[in-house]
Amino acid sequence: QAYNCLIHFYKRPYRSRYRMSRNGSMSSEVDLDAVDGDSSPLQVKISDALSEKDRVKFTIQTKSEMPEFQKSDFSVLRFHEDFLWLHDVIQENPLYAGYIIPPKPQTPDFYASQEKLQKLGEADSGVLTKEEYTKVKQELEAEYLAIFKKTVAQHEVFLQRLASHPVMKNDRNFHVFLEFESELNVRGKNKKEKLVGMFSTFQKTGDELLLGSTQKDVDEFFEQEKNFLLAYNQQLREVSVKSMKVNSAQKCLADNYIKLSSSLLNIASVEGPGLESFLTKLSDSLEKIRRCESRLAADQDLKLTDCLKYHCLDTAAAKDLLFRRLRCLANYEKANKELDLARTRNKDVAAAENRQSEACKTFERLSTTARAELAMQKKGRVEHVRRNLEQLVELEVKHGKAHSQLLRQAICDIKEM
Amino acid sequence: MEDLSLEDDVDIIMESNDGDDTNLQDDSKEPAAVPPKTDINLDDDLGVSEIKLDDDDDIFKSARVEPEPAKASTNSVSRGTSEEPADTDIPLEDDEHPFKDAHLKPGLQLSGPSPPPATIQQQTLTSFHEEEAKREMEGGDEFIEIKVTSPHKVGEGMSSYMAYKVTTNTNLSYFKKSKPEVNRRFSDFLGLRDKLTEKYLQNGRIIPPAPDKSVVGMTKVKMSKEDESSNQSEFVEKRRAALERYINRTAKHPNLRVDPDFREFLELDAELPKANQTSALSGKNVMKLISKVGDRVSLYTTKMEETDQWFEEKTVMIDNLDLQLRKLLVATESLTDYRKALSGHTYSLSKSLGMLGSAEDNSKLAAVISQLAEVEEKVEKVHEQQAKDDFYLLSELIHDYIGLVGSVKDAFNERVKAWQSWQSHQRDLNKRRENKVKAELASKQDRVNQLRQEIAENERQLDMAQENFEKISRIVKKEFEAFDVKKCKDFKNTITEYLENMLKSQESLVTHWERFLPKIKQMQP
Repeated sequence: QAYNCLIHFYKRPYRSRYRMSRNGSMSSEVDLDAVDGDSSPLQVKISDALSEKDRVKFTIQTKSEMPEFQKSDFSVLRFHEDFLWLHDVIQENPLYAGYIIPPKPQTPDFYASQEKLQKLGEADSGVLTKEEYTKVKQELEAEYLAIFKKTVAQHEVFLQRLASHPVMKNDRNFHVFLEFESELNVRGKNKKEKLVGMFSTFQKTGDELLLGSTQKDVDEFFEQEKNFLLAYNQQLREVSVKSMKVNSAQKCLADNYIKLSSSLLNIASVEGPGLESFLTKLSDSLEKIRRCESRLAADQDLKLTDCLKYHCLDTAAAKDLLFRRLRCLANYEKANKELDLARTRNKDVAAAENRQSEACKTFERLSTTARAELAMQKKGRVEHVRRNLEQLVELEVKHGKAHSQLLRQAICDIKEM
Repeated sequence: MEDLSLEDDVDIIMESNDGDDTNLQDDSKEPAAVPPKTDINLDDDLGVSEIKLDDDDDIFKSARVEPEPAKASTNSVSRGTSEEPADTDIPLEDDEHPFKDAHLKPGLQLSGPSPPPATIQQQTLTSFHEEEAKREMEGGDEFIEIKVTSPHKVGEGMSSYMAYKVTTNTNLSYFKKSKPEVNRRFSDFLGLRDKLTEKYLQNGRIIPPAPDKSVVGMTKVKMSKEDESSNQSEFVEKRRAALERYINRTAKHPNLRVDPDFREFLELDAELPKANQTSALSGKNVMKLISKVGDRVSLYTTKMEETDQWFEEKTVMIDNLDLQLRKLLVATESLTDYRKALSGHTYSLSKSLGMLGSAEDNSKLAAVISQLAEVEEKVEKVHEQQAKDDFYLLSELIHDYIGLVGSVKDAFNERVKAWQSWQSHQRDLNKRRENKVKAELASKQDRVNQLRQEIAENERQLDMAQENFEKISRIVKKEFEAFDVKKCKDFKNTITEYLENMLKSQESLVTHWERFLPKIKQMQP
C-alpha cells in the first residue's frame, strides 16, 4: 500500500520546524513552509512505504547540499530494524552522551488489525449481513491504514530530529543509513543478544536507581530537573494508558452502531407501513452518527494519546541524558578521589591528574549541552502540547456540532412523518 | 351488517349463562373472581344511567346510539336491556370497537367464510387508526396515568421486601377517588398480571407482561444494610421504572383497566393478600410450566389449518419481529455497556490529567492541563447521563416489546387452542355418529338412544366451539391492531425523546469544549 504524506514534528529553535500533523485521510493540513524550508541543510522525508508480509519497507528521500554526500537528492530503502540499529549506534556513541537521543520508532504492530481482518474474511456469512460486513471491513481497513500512517510518521520524525540536530546530523552512521544504496542487512538481535539487551536494561534501571539515591548532584538545577522528569514521565505514562482506553471505548461505541443500524433495518423490513419508514430513517441517521463518532475517536487518538505517548518517550530520553550525566559525575568524583589517593601515595600522579582533568572536561561539556537540550525540549514540548490540545478542542467542537446537526435533522425528519 | 356481528357476540355471551360446559364457561368464571369487597360491580346496571362506565365505554354509547342492532335474536342484544344480572356477569367480553368497525368486516360472519381480502384489511387498519385519532382528539375524556415512586425497604433480612408507592391520576368514573395512592410490593404486580392472564388470555387478549423477577438482585437488596445505595439503587431504579411502564400499559388497555382486580390494585388501601403463587417454584407455576410444555407439543403435533390469510401473515411477522427485536436488544445493550465504559475511562483520564497538571512545571501549560482535566470530568458526566438514556429509553423499550410480542404470541396460541378444541369436538361428533349408525345396524336401541342424546349434546358443543373460535379470532385481530398502533406510537415517542436528549448531550459537550478553547489560545507564547 503506497503512502504519501508530509509529516512535521516539533518546533526547534533553529533550522527546520517539526510538527505532528493530522493523519486523517479526510483532509490533511500540511504546513508547507516547514518542510520545504531552504534553511535546512539536510532534509529527510519518507516518501513512500510498503507493507510486505511482516515487514514494512520505507523509502527515504534525502535532499542535501552537504559535501559529505555524493549526490544532492537521493533515495534508499530501509526496514524497521535498520532504524533500530541507527538509534542504538547513536545512543551508544559517547560523543552524543550530552544530547537527548530522539526516541526510537515503535515496532509497527499490525497484528491486531490483521487478525481482525482475517477473522472477518473467514467468518461465516450468517453472522453478518452484507452491509454490516462491508462497513466492518471498511472500519478495519481504515484502522489498518491509520496504524500504517502512524508508524511512518514515527519513523520520519526520528530521522528528521537527527537531521536537524547540529551535531548528530553529521554522524557517519547516519549518513550511511541515508545514502548506502544496498540493503544494510542489519542482523536483528539473536536470542543471546536480546537477553543481553534485557539484562542491560535491568542493569540500567538498577544503576539509575542507585545513582538516583546515592549520587548527590552538585547543581540544583539538574537535581530539580531529574526529580521533575522522573515524576512527569511517570504521569505521562499513566495518562497515555488512560487516554488509550478512552479511545478504544469510543471506537467500540462507534463500531457498535453498525449492528444497531442493521438491526433496525431488519425490523423495518418486518414492520408494516406504520414503522417502516421511521425505522429506516432512524437507521440512516445512526449510520451517519456512527461516522461522526468514529472520526472523533480517531482524532482524539491522534491529538491526545499520540501526543502524550510521544512526550512520554521523549522525556524518557531526557531522563537517560540526565543519568548519563550523573554517571559522568560519579566518574568525575571517582577520578578526584583517585587523584587525591595518588597524591597521598605520590604514585602515578600525572596519570591521575590527566584522568581527572579529562573527567572534568567531559563532565562540564556534558552539563552544558544537557542544559541547552533540556531547555529546548521543554520549550518544544510546551508548544507542541499546547498546539495539539488546541487542535483537539477544535476537533471536539467540530464533531460535536456535526453530531448535533445530524440529530436536529433526524428529529425534524421524524416529526414530519 | 353491524347488527349481525354485534348480535353474534352477544349471543354467545347469553348462551353461556346456561351454565353448560362450553368453552365460554371460563368467561363466567370472571364474576367469581370479583372480590366481594369491590363496591362497583361492573356486572350490574349495565344500560342504566347510574352506570359509571358511561363516559369511557363505547359499547354503551353505541348501544344507545344504535338501538337498531338490538334485534331479532331471542335474547335482548343490548346488555342494557337485559334483566338478568347473571347474564351480564361477563364484563366487556368484546371490544367497543366492533360496533364501529363492524361494517368493515363483512368477512367475520357466523358462517365463517374465507378470509377478508387484503384491501378490507387495510381499510380496517386505517379506520382503526382514524378511530384512535378521533379518540385522541376528543381526548381528555378518559385519562389514567400511574406513577410508581418512593421505593422503600420494609422489614429486615431475608423476609424484607421493597415496597413502592403507586399513585394514580384518573378521571375514569369507576374509580372511587380521582387520585388513589397505595403501597404495593413487587409480587403484588406479578399477582395482578397472573389474575388478568387467568381471566382474559383465553379470550385472546394481549396482556402486557410484568417485569422479570431477579433473585440475585433482590437478595442483594434484602441483605444489604439501609445506608448502602449505589449498586442496589440502580437495580431498584430499573425495577421501579419497569413496574411503572408495566402498570401504565395495562391501564391503557380498555378491557383490562375496568377489571375489578386492577381497580383494587390501584385503590385498596390495605395490603393485598400475598400472591404466593408468584414465586418461581410454587406449585401453580410448576403446573403452568407443564401445561405450557403440553401446549407446545400439541401445537407442533396438530398443525392448524389456517384459513385466514391475515393470521398466517401476522404469525410469520410476529415470529420474525421477535427474532429481530432480540438481535436489536443485543446491540442496544452493547451500546449502553460501551458508553458506560467510555464514561468510566473518561473519569480516570480526568483524574490522571489532574495529576499530570500538578507535575507539569510550566505554569501556563499546567493550568491548561488542569482545565482539560475539568472539562473531561464534565464530559464524563454527559456520557453517564447518555448511558442512562441508552438504557431506559432504547434498551428497555426493546426489552418491553420482546415481552409484549410474547404476549401476542400467547394470544395467537389461545386462538389455535380454540381451533383445536373445535376440531376435537368435530372428531368426537363424527365418531359418535358412526357409532350410532353401527348401533342402529346392530339394533341396539338403548345404545342408539344414548348416542342420540350424546350427539345432540356434542352438536351443541360443536357450535359453541366454533363460535368461540370465531369470537377469539375477532378479538385477537382487534387486539393485534391496537397493539400495532400502540407500538408505532410508543416507538416514535420514545425514540424521538431519546434523540432529543442525545441532542442536548451533544450540545452541552460542544459548550464545554468551546468554553475551554479560548483559554488555550490565550496561552500563546
